[in-house]
Amino acid sequence: MIEMIDVWKTYPNGVMALNGIDVYIEKGEFVYVVGPSGAGKSTFIKCMYREEKPTQGSIIINGTNLAKVKERQIPKVRRKMGVIFQDFKLLPRLTVYENVAFALEVIEESPKVIRERVMEVLDLVKLKNKARMFPDELSGGEQQRVSIARSIVNHPPVVIADEPTGNLDPETAWEIMDIFKEINARGTTVVMATHNKEIVNTITKRVIAIEGGRIVRDEAKGDYGYED
Amino acid sequence: MKIRTLKRHFVEAFKSMGRNGWMSFASISAVTVTLLLVSVFLAILLNINYIASQIEDDVQIRAYIERTEKAENYDTYQKQLEQLDKVKTVKYQSKEEGLDELIESLGDEGEAFSSLKNENPLRDAFIIYTDKPQDTAAVAKEVEKLKFVNKVEYGKGTVEKLFKVTDAARNVGIVLVLGLVFTAMFLISNTIKLTIVTRRREIEIMKLVGATNGFIRWPFFIEGFALGVFGAFLPIVVIAVGYQAIFDIVNQKLGTVFIELLPVTPLIPQLSILMLLIGGVIGVWGSLTSVRKFLKI
Repeated sequence: MIEMIDVWKTYPNGVMALNGIDVYIEKGEFVYVVGPSGAGKSTFIKCMYREEKPTQGSIIINGTNLAKVKERQIPKVRRKMGVIFQDFKLLPRLTVYENVAFALEVIEESPKVIRERVMEVLDLVKLKNKARMFPDELSGGEQQRVSIARSIVNHPPVVIADEPTGNLDPETAWEIMDIFKEINARGTTVVMATHNKEIVNTITKRVIAIEGGRIVRDEAKGDYGYED
Repeated sequence: MKIRTLKRHFVEAFKSMGRNGWMSFASISAVTVTLLLVSVFLAILLNINYIASQIEDDVQIRAYIERTEKAENYDTYQKQLEQLDKVKTVKYQSKEEGLDELIESLGDEGEAFSSLKNENPLRDAFIIYTDKPQDTAAVAKEVEKLKFVNKVEYGKGTVEKLFKVTDAARNVGIVLVLGLVFTAMFLISNTIKLTIVTRRREIEIMKLVGATNGFIRWPFFIEGFALGVFGAFLPIVVIAVGYQAIFDIVNQKLGTVFIELLPVTPLIPQLSILMLLIGGVIGVWGSLTSVRKFLKI
């Protein structure tokens, strides 16, 4: 499903963010990526959705080696994965409905299918009644639910989340986690970078800890393992 | 691309124009102001050109025939002149006709010359028009060499000065219009750039969701074109109404003088189409150059 083989990433300014990462993630797994700030977590995640290109090594997702993908092919790669961010990254001038529909418009889906699927996922994240609102009219938790809806609307096999609860209060964070559990239960692979100790320790899943650009720990039913 | 996607791009473009109301208004205003200037200057330039060529077309060469030549040879001479390079038409004017014309052109004072009718001091002449007014001097020189020609008149000196003035007027006009078009392009593309800079983040997000560059570019393309075309509407109305009014006034007051302005049609329809084109092209150019910058992210 997801495989990283000897992945190195050195930024042009000389920062060595990843120093030889080897990891294999099975289809349907739920994986936390933890580690202190600046340890390479973000780069690890960014390489997965090809925001960054590794300096060396291969990253194989859905059978495609991201390290070798050409610039023009990046959109096609991204359509096979859902990406969720700490700052939601919703289009501010589009309504909730249009934001979610956008992911289907880019693959030129028919209007009928778009309507059905968008309403279906908005139902899943319980935002059907706010479909016509704009992002700035929603709370942070609601905005994150919209971005989750957008990420899963075209049924990607993988969902990658970069600190999805980072901007949310604890209660809302738990609601968001319920949705991720639901998505994972439907068979979607979830990779989530997080700083949330309580969540990692309560909803126990596989934990990959990154420090200094290397995997220092990889446990099947792990805990957060840091004090912050 | 599927038809429905194209339709989607159109809907998206117009929706975005509505939701970015003020920015759209700013872009359209920028187009309107500059196209207004461009169209006014173009109308002036085209008219200067038109009037200049009216004056230039009046330039003629008079070749006076030696008195000793016999009238029966005139036909041959005329053909000889017509065969010269760069000559358009040759017209024969007898000395009687020449005198009538002179008397008429002098008005009241001309009456004094009427007494000359019995003893006409003029000569028979050929009046020659050249293909291009600028050829006048060269042709006149050729004609002068012919045996049967006594003297050539073409307003030597005056003609050269006239051409200098009309050429200068044309060049100044062209430089002004070109300068304006370039100013317009910068002004408009800058305004459109501003509207797009505010959307830089949106373009980034679209790419993260898997939109291709083409998919992102299309609505901007349509929007830029529409903004440019909308901006051309007001200038077209203003120039159409304004020109019609000026045309009427000029024709009333100066109708008897030899100067006349370019007729409203086809000038105004042509200017309108040109304004729409310039507006559309500048709009598209402005939006695409700025989108391209952000698509590299």
